[in-house]
Amino acid sequence: MTAAGNPAFNAAARPLGGGRRLPLTWLGVVPFFIYVGIFLLLPTTIIVAGSLVGPDGSISLSNFDGINRPFMFKSFVNSIEISTISAVLGAIFGALLAYAVATGDPKGFLRRSVMSAAGVVAQFGGVTLTFAFVATIGTEGIVYLWLQQHGIEMYPNGVWFFDLPGLTLIYLYFQIPLMVLVFIPALDGIRPQWREATESLGGSGWHYWRYVAGPLLFPSFLGCTLLLFANAFSAYATAAALLTQGGVILPLQVQALLTSETGSSSPGLAKALALAMVAVVLVVMSLYALLQRRTSQWLR
Amino acid sequence: MGTITRAAATGVEVRLEHLRRVFAGVVALDELSLTLAPGELVALLGPSGCGKTTALRLVAGLDEVTSGKVLFGGTDVTTLGANRRDVGMVFQAYSLFPHMTARQNVAFGLQMRRVDEQERKRRADAMLELVGLSGFADRYAHQLSGGQQQRVALARALAIQPKVLLLDEPLSALDAKVRGRLRDEIRRVQLEVGITTLFVTHDQEEALAIADRVGVMNKGRLEQLGPPTTIYTRPATPFVAEFVGLTNRIEGDVKGGEVIVRGTRLPLVRPDTPDGQAVALVRPEAVSLGSDGDAGGDAGGGPLVGTVIAVAFLGATSRVTVDLGDVIVLAQMPTSQASAHPAGSRVRLTLRPDPVLIARDETAAAEA
Repeated sequence: MTAAGNPAFNAAARPLGGGRRLPLTWLGVVPFFIYVGIFLLLPTTIIVAGSLVGPDGSISLSNFDGINRPFMFKSFVNSIEISTISAVLGAIFGALLAYAVATGDPKGFLRRSVMSAAGVVAQFGGVTLTFAFVATIGTEGIVYLWLQQHGIEMYPNGVWFFDLPGLTLIYLYFQIPLMVLVFIPALDGIRPQWREATESLGGSGWHYWRYVAGPLLFPSFLGCTLLLFANAFSAYATAAALLTQGGVILPLQVQALLTSETGSSSPGLAKALALAMVAVVLVVMSLYALLQRRTSQWLR
Repeated sequence: MGTITRAAATGVEVRLEHLRRVFAGVVALDELSLTLAPGELVALLGPSGCGKTTALRLVAGLDEVTSGKVLFGGTDVTTLGANRRDVGMVFQAYSLFPHMTARQNVAFGLQMRRVDEQERKRRADAMLELVGLSGFADRYAHQLSGGQQQRVALARALAIQPKVLLLDEPLSALDAKVRGRLRDEIRRVQLEVGITTLFVTHDQEEALAIADRVGVMNKGRLEQLGPPTTIYTRPATPFVAEFVGLTNRIEGDVKGGEVIVRGTRLPLVRPDTPDGQAVALVRPEAVSLGSDGDAGGDAGGGPLVGTVIAVAFLGATSRVTVDLGDVIVLAQMPTSQASAHPAGSRVRLTLRPDPVLIARDETAAAEA
């Protein structure tokens, strides 16, 4: 087994003649590491370093004290809230859609069309997405105006669209398809024999969901919900385009602190806030990875 | 464990009456009638798409009949759901619940029957002991080999003390060595528990080795049902003859209830076969070899003389491949005899005058 590898691979893995040179196979991934280094590790390092530098240039933790301020705390709560709501709703609706697709014909039209659409829509975001919503259900949007002409007022209790509820609605537009994409593999891993085994052992449909499918899918569902949370938590452009008020959620707060029009820009605090965001995403993604690893053992 | 085997030791009679299943206009199972005696193991054998798995699923209640009846111990269960039929089922593979240990898997059916936890554990452990996996109770499916997983699946199916045991190609995902061992193991446990069992397989060797009776199926119909020896030595139809065991196809002339194959007269299983050109189906065991030049049968030399092109050593027996010029013929014999005819040697074939069948297509052509 070890001796009978792929010859092409073995040849490539051989050092370039003599010495202890880097194997050729490593060459292919070098651009990726350079990319990650420049656009992920370097900014993170700058953020970490910058957050530890006080206004007077000395090393201190004073920037982190600033996070405690009420308006900062408020944007933190807002971010958590909108991320949680859009993740939970996105996960529920996405999982239901994914289930409908997964239980259908694997080569059928429904699956092919939903998967293609989800692949495109999950990547749709930012200014264009916000514009699409504004143009349809904004207060000058065609759907809004059409309904108004027919005597239906979409916002009878005040326009909530340009506030956090509106942002949640827009987030759902990419959260639901993202859930479909990440949750389908788990559903595909559920084997029909398990339902039939449950039945032949005397169990009902309820028993199947309660004791078999539920416990098998729950870790993956939870993991995917966390991924959706991280996705919403770090989204910036969509919110920036919709919300006129600055600093409502964390990414906008960071932007406000970096480019304050009132001249009170505080890059140290912005970096401390960004670092706090990195920490949250890191925890969430670690939990996601842990849960995915657990399910992958079951649902291969 | 004693209570389990005693309680289930009296297997019930299982009767399938005119079972028919049509999927979107396609007949998957056509009028299958079959009675399994209490404690009997019947294997349904056939190529894929022959209807054997459909039959099993109808017995399990996992699929609905188009018409016909399923009776367990004289009680009609045709309209009962799978979860109320009291059948134990072992699937082809990957049927263990992956998030449960072996013990939890085996105890699952008992949990569905609201057996208390202590008793569940005791009976699950007894079943695991029955299948020789006492030390593996706390392992998960991914920590067990394929053969061990199937043994746990067997224990799980038997733990609920079902009326009938259904095995859906339980060995097909295993490698050859494990397959043989587990096959014997399943038979041992089945005999020990005394449960009526329906075993579905496409592997003729498996079916012949394990079953009290074998039912050979083709295109939704039962072609022949009988003990393994009868199926092999007295195939009722050309399909059975060709599907079960190896068969030589040699051209001959049907005349007056006999077929003349290269000068040798062979009796026909169906003497009413119309006269004319036909292809006779001859088992390799019915072909013996002598060195060219020996006085060989009534052939008068010539037609049954050929060259050995290969000798396959099978252990106690060997299979010799002989080229007669226009056709290749297989002969099976004790290895000691076969060693006298190495590859390249000239041999004379003798056909034992066992009753033979005529191949389907040629019969059909002759009838048309």
